[in-house]
Amino acid sequence: MNWITNFVRPKVNALFARRDTPENLWTKCPECGTMLFHRELTKALMVCTNCDHHMAISPRDRAASLFDGGTYVEVPVPAPIEDPLRFRDQKPYPARLKEARRATGQHEAMLVAEGEIGRTPIVAAIQDFSFMAGSMGMYVGNAIVAAAERAVERKAPLVLFSAAGGARMQEGILSLMQMPRTTVAVQMLKEAGLPYVVVLTHPTTGGVTASYAMLGDVQIAEPNALICFAGPRVIEQTIREKLPEGFQRAEYLLDHGMLDRVTHRKDLREELIVITRMLTGQPPAIMAELPPPAEPAPLVETPAGGEGAEPAPGPDEDGTPPAKAAE
Amino acid sequence: MTHYLDFEKPLAELEGKAAELRALAAQEETKDVVGEADALDRKAKDKLRELYAKLTPWQKAQVARHPERPHCVDYVRELFTEWTPLAGDRNFADDHAVIGGLARLDGRAVMVIGHEKGHDTRTRIERNFGMARPEGYRKAIRLMELAGRFGVPVVTLIDTPGAYPGKGAEERGQSEAIARSTETCLRIGVPIVAAIVGEGGSGGAVAFATGDRILMLEHSIYSVISPEGCASILWKDAEKMREAAEALRLTAKDLSQLGVIDRIVEEPLGGAHRDRAATIRAVGEAIEEELKALDGQKGDALVAARRRKFLDMGTKGLAA
Repeated sequence: MNWITNFVRPKVNALFARRDTPENLWTKCPECGTMLFHRELTKALMVCTNCDHHMAISPRDRAASLFDGGTYVEVPVPAPIEDPLRFRDQKPYPARLKEARRATGQHEAMLVAEGEIGRTPIVAAIQDFSFMAGSMGMYVGNAIVAAAERAVERKAPLVLFSAAGGARMQEGILSLMQMPRTTVAVQMLKEAGLPYVVVLTHPTTGGVTASYAMLGDVQIAEPNALICFAGPRVIEQTIREKLPEGFQRAEYLLDHGMLDRVTHRKDLREELIVITRMLTGQPPAIMAELPPPAEPAPLVETPAGGEGAEPAPGPDEDGTPPAKAAE
Repeated sequence: MTHYLDFEKPLAELEGKAAELRALAAQEETKDVVGEADALDRKAKDKLRELYAKLTPWQKAQVARHPERPHCVDYVRELFTEWTPLAGDRNFADDHAVIGGLARLDGRAVMVIGHEKGHDTRTRIERNFGMARPEGYRKAIRLMELAGRFGVPVVTLIDTPGAYPGKGAEERGQSEAIARSTETCLRIGVPIVAAIVGEGGSGGAVAFATGDRILMLEHSIYSVISPEGCASILWKDAEKMREAAEALRLTAKDLSQLGVIDRIVEEPLGGAHRDRAATIRAVGEAIEEELKALDGQKGDALVAARRRKFLDMGTKGLAA
């Protein structure tokens, strides 16, 4: 058997090597192995078009797909003391931060943005797993406090997308103190009577799950997201037994009563619009592409017309499906 | 039989020899042997002073986990009267890793909540080594709310390696239970005094330690992750726990400098386990003083100040 592997394998390898494509054009789905063209994948919000596997989406792409017309304004986050403990493992912490900044092009692990979804003003905080595993340190804490303060100021709901390996060990006890800190931020929203919706994305673990990510008024998760306090490996080592299939995945948590919903990424925007509008006492949003300002809107009777006008009641109020009217 | 930690080995030899000599003296009544034993004892005491004067963070972690260190039940027995344990989360079970109940501290009614590790094999298993499950946190939430409604101050005693990483604990919402417990700490309008008497292990500790005043025994530790856990993740080698303990700044002194804790309670020479009664007394006095200082404050003001305290935390780094 050996002679044949020796003989065949180099040729097979060479064949594949020659077909190697630039990394940025094609992405292989880690779940089903389908090769996905980058444009198609971006259009599908980084969800595999073959098996619906949800890959990581950058906070900026997430914000662009969430807000109306992809338009949002970044909310400034106060800069914390960098490297408060002068932490050093195999590398000094500032070197790790620098490396993460270079690799991701982002300043830190959370983006705070404000804008409108379905003409509903909201504040969104989006955690970035690609930045040091999205870990929660002083910056992420500051970001959540800033997001809550802005939401209170604007009387707008806060939608938070979580993704983190947990606390940022390099900030030691101060990363742990983000648990109470972010909890205070959540309390600000609750006391101001504003909805706080959490969207748990893959993966959300540790101190992040055990604080702001589990305190939402509505808890939504993306399909198959790992959501836990202790990771599966730690548990297997502790109890010395194999864990059941799908353990700590979004659907499993839904089954165990820990979530309200598991929602496909393509449906998230609409769902968030519906939920936030209902919780803030607003009429239903117009669930279609808003008509471009130049064209006359055939069905929606807008008294003043134009861009800045308030959205009129939903198109299907009179029972006519909007698609028909557009023909 | 005294339990010696690895760095106490020279001490174990000295004290062992002294004990042997004394045993010999008891049989033969030789005076110079007694004198020699006394000299050894003095030497042992010097050694003890020398060792404990400059404990490394890793050594402190070992002292904090010493099996003979006073545990929550010891504090409850010695410090409080009319101890009335209250059990259960009203949903699933009673978690024996968390004890809670009403008691009086120098006449004042308080709600006591704490982690209990157990002191021998049987009790350790019963207490799950002080690692709470969601039921434990939900019991604590229930008791804190009860205390809040009736204006009873809350005293928490923190001593846990961390929340239990088990299958059932995850299924029943370990993270949600911890998050709600922390949230309850930040909501109730009665004073909360937290004392970290052993290990303050990560989220499992924060869930009860989010108080108005946070006390810490001199050789206790409070950290986001255990030194071993940190070493295995950042150094990819669990044996690097000494370096990790150093880097994490988990000692009372560092935490006080960072403004995370408010007060350090000194331990007797050689650690809490060498004079349990004195340690318990010192912790009790400190708690009483802090409770007195919080007396007469209105609920709203207390909650606002507590939230401010945690919002401001970390805005100053380690003093140079």
